[in-house]
Amino acid sequence: MSIFLAKRFLTFIATLFGATVVVFLVLEILPGDPALLILGIEADPEAVEALREKLGLNRPALERYFSWLGGLLTGDLGMSYTYDVPVTELVRERLALTVPLAVFAMVLSTVFALVLGVYAASHHNKVGDFGVMGFSQLGIAVPNFWFGILLILFFAVQLRWFKSGGFPGWDAGTWVAFKSLILPAIALATVQSAIFARVTRSSVLEVLREDFVRTARAKGLTRSGTLWQHVLRNALIPMITIMGLQFANLLAGTIIIENVFYLPGLGKLVFQAITNRDMEVVKSVVVLLAGMVVIINFIVDILYAVIDPRLKVHDV
Amino acid sequence: MTPTTTSAAINQSLLARCLRHRSFMIGGVLTGIMILAAVVSLFWTPQSAYDITIANRLKPLSGTFWLGTDQFGRDIFSMLMVGAQNSITVGVVAVGIGLVIGVALGALASARRGWTEEIVMRMSDFTFAFPAILSAIMITAILGPGAVNSMIAIGIYNIPIFARLTRGSANAIWAREFVMAAQAAGKGRFRITVEHILPNIVNIIVVQATIQFAIAILAEAALSYLGLGTQPPNPSWGRMLSEAQTMIYNAPLLAIYPGITIVLAVLGLNLLGDGLRDVIDPRLSRQR
Repeated sequence: MSIFLAKRFLTFIATLFGATVVVFLVLEILPGDPALLILGIEADPEAVEALREKLGLNRPALERYFSWLGGLLTGDLGMSYTYDVPVTELVRERLALTVPLAVFAMVLSTVFALVLGVYAASHHNKVGDFGVMGFSQLGIAVPNFWFGILLILFFAVQLRWFKSGGFPGWDAGTWVAFKSLILPAIALATVQSAIFARVTRSSVLEVLREDFVRTARAKGLTRSGTLWQHVLRNALIPMITIMGLQFANLLAGTIIIENVFYLPGLGKLVFQAITNRDMEVVKSVVVLLAGMVVIINFIVDILYAVIDPRLKVHDV
Repeated sequence: MTPTTTSAAINQSLLARCLRHRSFMIGGVLTGIMILAAVVSLFWTPQSAYDITIANRLKPLSGTFWLGTDQFGRDIFSMLMVGAQNSITVGVVAVGIGLVIGVALGALASARRGWTEEIVMRMSDFTFAFPAILSAIMITAILGPGAVNSMIAIGIYNIPIFARLTRGSANAIWAREFVMAAQAAGKGRFRITVEHILPNIVNIIVVQATIQFAIAILAEAALSYLGLGTQPPNPSWGRMLSEAQTMIYNAPLLAIYPGITIVLAVLGLNLLGDGLRDVIDPRLSRQR
């Protein structure tokens, strides 16, 4: 077990490290002169030189990379060029929205998917099963940002139950703030759960065919008792795999959905930063998002081993 | 029976199975309509998809404007038709990039094994840390937004998907007797890959390509919606949605048409992919 963990941990660190190298290469080395990129080609050469000095671009690339990496480790992400405040501060504010939104959406989609998937599997080849599969097929084809617009159209424009966008901040009261995340989370979760429901259904179906399920039923356990106590636990492994892989998509979805609902999260921040050519912010947000995906995948790997000790023997 | 008649018979039964398969047929028809709309729009649209005529703004459905007009007086139906061109181009190029590089890397990993395989697989693990939207953000930040840059971003995202799939399927073929026989006969690894491995995994790759095509259309729509993809005045489904959102209180229908178009296009490709998988290899459909 410890060898497995150590191996996984090393890969995890290497991947994180690799991600920082890619981000640095693409955003700082590839463009040639970031100062020129920020100010534009027609900028005054003196202004460009001053900015180069300010951003520390006159130092060798390797030195710049390591000082950036050191900053990342200590939580110092540099200064935002447009806002003139530390990037860490900007990111911290925005994370307070993006993380709860992503977690909320993940929880919602897991609940939707479990209910739908288990229902479909236990009504295999009946109307309910076809209904769930139809929903799932359709859900995979629906762009989440369009679904978000439809939700706005129905719940904000027609029914006026929710606002069409914006975020009052957590200081305005937990419920008020939470309420403004409900539609965005549903938009993210519905599309996501279409994928999860399929996986849940097929893995539950697979487990239902196992001998131990027949034994459980034979010793008198009820159908739903068997389903929730024995089947679901065994069906969890493929589900966790897909959820881990899908987390990257969920995070990407969050970036888009924030723009649909005008939510001031990381997604909104990075797009403003691109428009303003605020490269320090772009660099930090991209590396942060990539880091989150890598961390989640690492956790999923570890969870595998916890749930099914057989897996650690094979190099999954 | 001569080999020619055998393969003709196989093709015929494959065609018959395709025509009997419901998903395949629905998907085929939907995809066919999308391709037809894109091709026809190259030389004919009911109205111009580009002309801004403020006098015609927000016109309802009519014989002249089949789905009405937007806030700039442009014909929605014509814009959707030209938008299909755009989606198909992005899909073809993005899947093409992923397919060519990914399959080559996957086949190389499988043929060489050892550290080559390790490097390819670790690199593809690592690319998973950058969803299409993140690569697009990075590429746009340095090159600026545009259709070509979004194709590159989505293409890069596709590479590890094809690399993994190819390596996995190729490894299974390498273990088969006829490949061992070819090795024993003295054929090189490159020749075996070209003559035996690739022809045996082409089906599975085609199915995946159909599904990645659908994903590319969704990704392009998202990037255009965010303003990173296709730029004005070229119509794109995603940007039509972001423009429609500003008019959501006055003209809600504007946000409906492009959305339904995207759903039908993606649904069509997904059904086609599912159908193809069932028809080509019925064993695979049971694993789902």
